[in-house]
Amino acid sequence: MTTLAARLRFARTGSGRVGLAVAALLVVLVAFGPFFAPHSPSAIAGIPFQRPSGEFLLGTDSLGRDVLSRILWGGRSVIGLSLLATALAYAVGTTIGLVAGYSRTLVDPVLMRGVDVLLAFPPLLFLLVLATGAGHSKVALVLGVAAVNFPSIARIVRAATQTVSVRGYVEAAIARGERTRSVLGREILPNILGTVLADIGLRLTGSIILIASVNFLGLGLQPPAADWALMISENRGGLTLQPWMVAVPALLIASLTIAVNLVADAVARSLGTSTELKRVAR
Amino acid sequence: MAELAPELLAEPVRTRWRYPVARFVARRVAAGVATLFVVSILLFVGTEVLPGDVATAILGRNSTPQGLAALRRELHLEQPAPTRYWNWLSGFVQGDLGTSATGQATGTKTTVSARISGRVGNTVALALLTIAFLVPLSIGLGVLSATKVGRPLDHGITLTSLAVISLPEFVTGTLLILLFAVWLGLLPGVSIIPIGKSVLSQPRILVLPVMTLLAASLAQTIRMVRASMLEVLRSDYIEWARLAGFRERRVVLRYALRNGLAPTVQVLTLNIQWLVGGIIVTEYVFGYPGLGQALVQAVSVRDVPFVQSVGLLIAIVYISLNIVADLLVVFLVPKLRTAQR
Repeated sequence: MTTLAARLRFARTGSGRVGLAVAALLVVLVAFGPFFAPHSPSAIAGIPFQRPSGEFLLGTDSLGRDVLSRILWGGRSVIGLSLLATALAYAVGTTIGLVAGYSRTLVDPVLMRGVDVLLAFPPLLFLLVLATGAGHSKVALVLGVAAVNFPSIARIVRAATQTVSVRGYVEAAIARGERTRSVLGREILPNILGTVLADIGLRLTGSIILIASVNFLGLGLQPPAADWALMISENRGGLTLQPWMVAVPALLIASLTIAVNLVADAVARSLGTSTELKRVAR
Repeated sequence: MAELAPELLAEPVRTRWRYPVARFVARRVAAGVATLFVVSILLFVGTEVLPGDVATAILGRNSTPQGLAALRRELHLEQPAPTRYWNWLSGFVQGDLGTSATGQATGTKTTVSARISGRVGNTVALALLTIAFLVPLSIGLGVLSATKVGRPLDHGITLTSLAVISLPEFVTGTLLILLFAVWLGLLPGVSIIPIGKSVLSQPRILVLPVMTLLAASLAQTIRMVRASMLEVLRSDYIEWARLAGFRERRVVLRYALRNGLAPTVQVLTLNIQWLVGGIIVTEYVFGYPGLGQALVQAVSVRDVPFVQSVGLLIAIVYISLNIVADLLVVFLVPKLRTAQR
C-alpha cells in the first residue's frame, strides 16, 4: 500500500501543480458561483448582444440574458454530468471485468465479445445513434458516455483480475470457503485498484469532451438550460457583435479539460506509467 | 464443456501455413465483417429504442391519424422489425441507402443517397487534406522533440501538445474562428459555398477546419512518435552506430527513424480512424457542407433511415481503418506474420 504522500507525489511536478490549482479553482467557481450570480440564468435582463458594462460584466447574450450569471450556473452540468458518466462507467466496467476475469466459464468470452463490439463503434457515432433513438436528454447522454467508456475499463480490470486471481492470498480465501462476492470485493478489487484507477483522469477528460460536444451539437441538454457548451452553440451567430458570450465559455471548457489532463498526466508519470500511448476517446 | 487454456494444449506438430500473411488478412477481414454485422443490428435497434415509432417522431405535433397511417405505410413500419432490418441491410449491401424521412412530412421524397452524394466528396477532401498535413508534421515534430529530449524545444512541444490534446474540437474551432475570422479578419469563419460547387473551388474555407482537426490529432501523434523514437534511440545498435562515428543526423534519420516508424504507422492509422468523430463536430462548427453536418441535422430531426444508413457507412470506414492499422503493422514487423494468435 502506498502512503498518502506517495500518492500525492504528482503534485510536486510543475504541470501537475498548475493543473491541480486550475481544476480546484474551477470546481470552486462551479460549486459556489451560482450564489454570486447577479441575475437569474434564464431571465431576460436587458437588450440582446450588449457589450460588457457595469450592469452586465460580461455583456448579454443573443436573448438578452446576463452572460456572467449563465457562466456561473453553466459549469454544473459540464462537470456534474461528466463525473456521473465516468463513475457509472467505472462501476459497470469494473463489475464486468471482475466477473469476466474471475470466471473460467463461458461467461468470460460472452462478456468480452460484447465489450469488443462496443469498442468497434466510433464514440461520437454511438452517442448520435442513441440521441436519435432515445431522444435528446441528459439521461441518454450520461448513459451513452458511460457506455462508450466502460468497455476499455472492463478489459483492463479483466486482465488485472486474471493476474491477481492466481495469487496465494486469493487461493487461500477460496480455500477458507469465502463466497465469490467477498473474494472479488475484498481480495481482488483492493489489489487491482491502482491499475484500474491509473487513467481515471484521462477518462474524465474524455467524458467532458464527449458530453460537451454532444451538448454543443444541440443533441443533449436543451435550451434554456445554462451550460457552457450550449452557450457556445446558441450564441455563435452573434460572435462579431458580442464575442464574450462565446469566448468565455470556450476558454472555461478549455481550461477545465487542460487542467484535468495535466493532473492525469502528472499522476500517470508519478505511477511510472505513461499516457503517451493512450488516448482520450472521441 | 470446460476448455483447457490454449497454452496447456500440447502442440507437437505446428502446422505451418504456406501464406501466413494471407491467412492473417483473411481472418482479420472476416472478423471485421462479423463485427459490422453486429454493429448494423445495434444501429438498427439503437435508433428505434424509444417507444412510439419513427412516424410519430417525424410528424411530431402536427400528426393526424391518417397522416400517421400513410407515413407508416410509406416507411413500411407495419412490418415486423426483423423484416424491416433485413430489407434495410439487403438494400444497403446493394447500394440502396433507403429513403430519407426528412422530406416525408412535407411530401417531398428524397433518397439518402441523393442527400449525401454532394457531401461525401467534401468530407473526403477535408479528411485527406488533414492527413496530408498530419503525417509529415507528426513525424517531423516527433523526431525533432525526441532528438532534443529534455531541452526547452522538447518541453515546449510536449507541453503544448499535452494542452491541445485535451481540447474538444468545437472549442478549438470556436477559438480559431474568434482569432482568425472575428479579430484578425483573415479567414472565413463559416464554410459557405455555392450549391453544386466543390469545396476545392474555395480553398480558403478549408484552412480553419483543417487546423481544428490537426490540433487534436497532431498533438497526439507527436507524443506517440516521440515516445517510440526515444525508445529506439536508447537501443544498443544506435549506440554502436554513434560509436562507429556516424554523424548524428545519419544515425537518427537512417537507423532510428526506420525502426521507430513501425509503431508510428499504426499510431497514425489509429489517429486517422479517430478523426471520424472530430470531422462530425468540426463540420458542424464551420457549417461545412459534408457528411458529418448532414448527420447531425438528421439526428436533430430524428431522420432514422438517414442515421441508420450513414451510421453504417461511417462504421464501415472506421472498422476498415482499424483493419488497415493492424495489417500495416504485420507488414512492417515481419516476425508478427507467423505469430500464432
